[in-house]
Amino acid sequence: MKNICFCIQMHEPYRLKRYRFFDIGQDHYYYDDAETEEHLNWLVETSYMPLCQTLKEMIRLSKGKFHCAIAISGSMLEMYEQFAPEMIDVLKELAQTKCVEFVATPFSYSLVAEFNENDFRNQLDQHAQVINDLFGQKPTTVCNAELLYSDEIAFDLQKWGYKVAMTEGAKHILSWKSPNYVYQSAASPKLGVLMRNAALSDELAFHFSDPTWGNYPMDAEKYADQLAAMPENENLINIWLGAETFGIRQSAATGIFDFLKALPYYVLEKGIGFVTPAEAAKKVASAEVVSVPYPITWAGEAKDISLYAGNDLQQEAIKKLYNVAERVHLCSDKRLKRDWLLLQDVNYLHYMNHIDQGATNYESAYDAFINYMNVLADFLQLVDEQYPTTIENEELNSLLKTINNQEKEIQVLEKEVKSLRSAKKAPAEPTTCAKTKCSKTSKKTK
Amino acid sequence: MKALMFGWEFPPHILGGLGTASYGLTRGMSQQPDLDITFVLPKPWGDEDQSFLRIIGANSIPVPGRGCIEFSGRYPDNLVEEIGNYEAVAREIAWREDFDIIHSHDWLTYPAGIAAKEIKHVPMVIHVHATDFDRSRGNVNPTVYAIERRGMDAADHIMCVSNLTRQTVIEKYGQDPSKVSTVHNAVEPLPHPEEFVKHPRKEKIVTFLGRITMQKGPEYFVEAAARVLEKTSGVRFVMAGSGDKMNEMIDLVAKRGIADKFHFPGFMRGRQVQEMLSESDVYIMPSVSEPFGISPLEAMQVGCPSIISKQSGCAEILSHAIKTDYWDIDAMADAIYAIVKYPAMYKSLHELGVEEVNNIRWYDAGLKVRAVYDKCLGRR
Repeated sequence: MKNICFCIQMHEPYRLKRYRFFDIGQDHYYYDDAETEEHLNWLVETSYMPLCQTLKEMIRLSKGKFHCAIAISGSMLEMYEQFAPEMIDVLKELAQTKCVEFVATPFSYSLVAEFNENDFRNQLDQHAQVINDLFGQKPTTVCNAELLYSDEIAFDLQKWGYKVAMTEGAKHILSWKSPNYVYQSAASPKLGVLMRNAALSDELAFHFSDPTWGNYPMDAEKYADQLAAMPENENLINIWLGAETFGIRQSAATGIFDFLKALPYYVLEKGIGFVTPAEAAKKVASAEVVSVPYPITWAGEAKDISLYAGNDLQQEAIKKLYNVAERVHLCSDKRLKRDWLLLQDVNYLHYMNHIDQGATNYESAYDAFINYMNVLADFLQLVDEQYPTTIENEELNSLLKTINNQEKEIQVLEKEVKSLRSAKKAPAEPTTCAKTKCSKTSKKTK
Repeated sequence: MKALMFGWEFPPHILGGLGTASYGLTRGMSQQPDLDITFVLPKPWGDEDQSFLRIIGANSIPVPGRGCIEFSGRYPDNLVEEIGNYEAVAREIAWREDFDIIHSHDWLTYPAGIAAKEIKHVPMVIHVHATDFDRSRGNVNPTVYAIERRGMDAADHIMCVSNLTRQTVIEKYGQDPSKVSTVHNAVEPLPHPEEFVKHPRKEKIVTFLGRITMQKGPEYFVEAAARVLEKTSGVRFVMAGSGDKMNEMIDLVAKRGIADKFHFPGFMRGRQVQEMLSESDVYIMPSVSEPFGISPLEAMQVGCPSIISKQSGCAEILSHAIKTDYWDIDAMADAIYAIVKYPAMYKSLHELGVEEVNNIRWYDAGLKVRAVYDKCLGRR
């Protein structure tokens, strides 16, 4: 049986305020809340809210047969809580239908997976925590920012217990093969890999209202016919789109919301089902392995990370930022940690591209770079005040390792103590415990 | 096709951008094999490059009843009289020469173009390199305006060096938009760009180069420099050139207390200019109003990152230069700071700037001019 896996990706960066070099060291708040709020309100009104309402309708009309996934970043959820709490409510309602899977994504919608393994894990954990708190789900599927994926990432994901990864059906990876199967990661065979069907997704994102396009005008029945006409053995069609496709890229006037509403009826009529990514991996047998030695994303023609990390400006920003990853990791300052997350947003890097700047609010790549680097300079100063750069990273790392290992060791020892205590009633052990605790605190103060 | 051009300046004896543009454009056009250019100058010096066009000196053509008329070839106080004389000579040249189209460069030569048109009844196009609105910051000289207006009204087609200028011509001179088009300037490629290398030095150099006049916005540069120096050391500022605002600028620099970091090396010409630019880390042109502004392109040719005002015509065709409003001192200071402090900024502007500017060719500008000629002659 054929299935459609429908996924919506939702993320917006915080707008940085105009931050001049003479603000460095003077002003430690980097965001233009008014502008962020105004822009978010516009997005919620024209796209996010009508979209969520439509999804609810789709579930109701199909009597729960319509399933889908939502990939929403942690920073986006924070932004909702701050500026548009009604979005949290409607997302909770969607969660209650049990038809929506909230998939894991790095908290800050960043390319951290490519630059820092430790922090990638932290961000996934943090995100999972938020999803659990709000929607009562424990994500097992990972939809990385911009669908970033590679064998190395797959290896980590499997190690951390994730079951499914979502990525782009990049032509240079699949060549003649179809994206419409569940694949297995070559590096980590337990991890299912889902590949986006770019052609069918882009039909909606870019061509829906284009009168010069062959299939114009598109309606739900025609779309379902297309899906039904595909070879029978291609059993999973991944239609994944940015939320702004609905209401912004394709405005409400194009009829995109009505199209969505009608879609489940026609699709189900053809005997095609809807699945979430997790269900897909369980339900649909995996066909083959896929190997991705170099990172891929859904960006541009190249489908790699060059859109975000290709030019000198982007590379300098990335280098400066991730150089302090270990130091920030050691920090306990909450505000510094939050800035660390928000500043990683992949959009800030996208704005620095000379050719394609996405939905930028800057006049040029240079303008975006100048503003970002000034902010980063202030942030780096603050980090430096906590952990001076005079201490080498390796030195810090080894300290960190000792501390981490000590904690683990203590836990093991404590367990041992407990078991020994319960087994025997000899009170000789507590001294060992106290000793390790002592050494831990003394090393920390170093 | 034969074009008769009226100009005022031609290298190597030039006083401003007009001469450079006249040379570049005619040279670019001469690459079209079926195009002959005759270029009339008030006073040629004899050492002009005539390998690709023919130069006629207005001062060597006798006018009936007056003989040969003397020209200064500069911008003297009796400029209006000299323009009138040029017109009289143009009439003579029109009788003697054979041509299909007339092309006048800037207001000084519009009357000459009109005179030639009246005699031969061939189309006349004019090339607006600047208007009096640019030169005077809005305080327009009525005599100049009248000459400009008459030339534009009489022209069959008007070419402007930027959309900015085109807009001025349409709005301030009441011209029909359909007869006004934009032909952006370009830059002559350097014969030996490898001669200009930046020597390593500890301090960064930020350079302003041009006439120190109201139009060029020198005071905004001084203010931006003061802002940068508040926070940074290891940066020096240079204001090369001369002009009526120079003493005022020296005063301002002293008042801001940055005279030890701010230098006035005086007027520079020829190779000195390129050497200065290639040694600089930043070139800045905060012009209040610049119809085109070729100097940032020259800076980029030798690899020097440029900051230009959005009120400059060249901003329309450059993407690897930083653009700010001329009055936005903070943005300008920020851009200077970024280029001297963030290596990727310098590297990108340096490398991509050269690449970009090498693709802006006079040959392409020449093709656009040719299309205008063809349209005027009904050949297309």
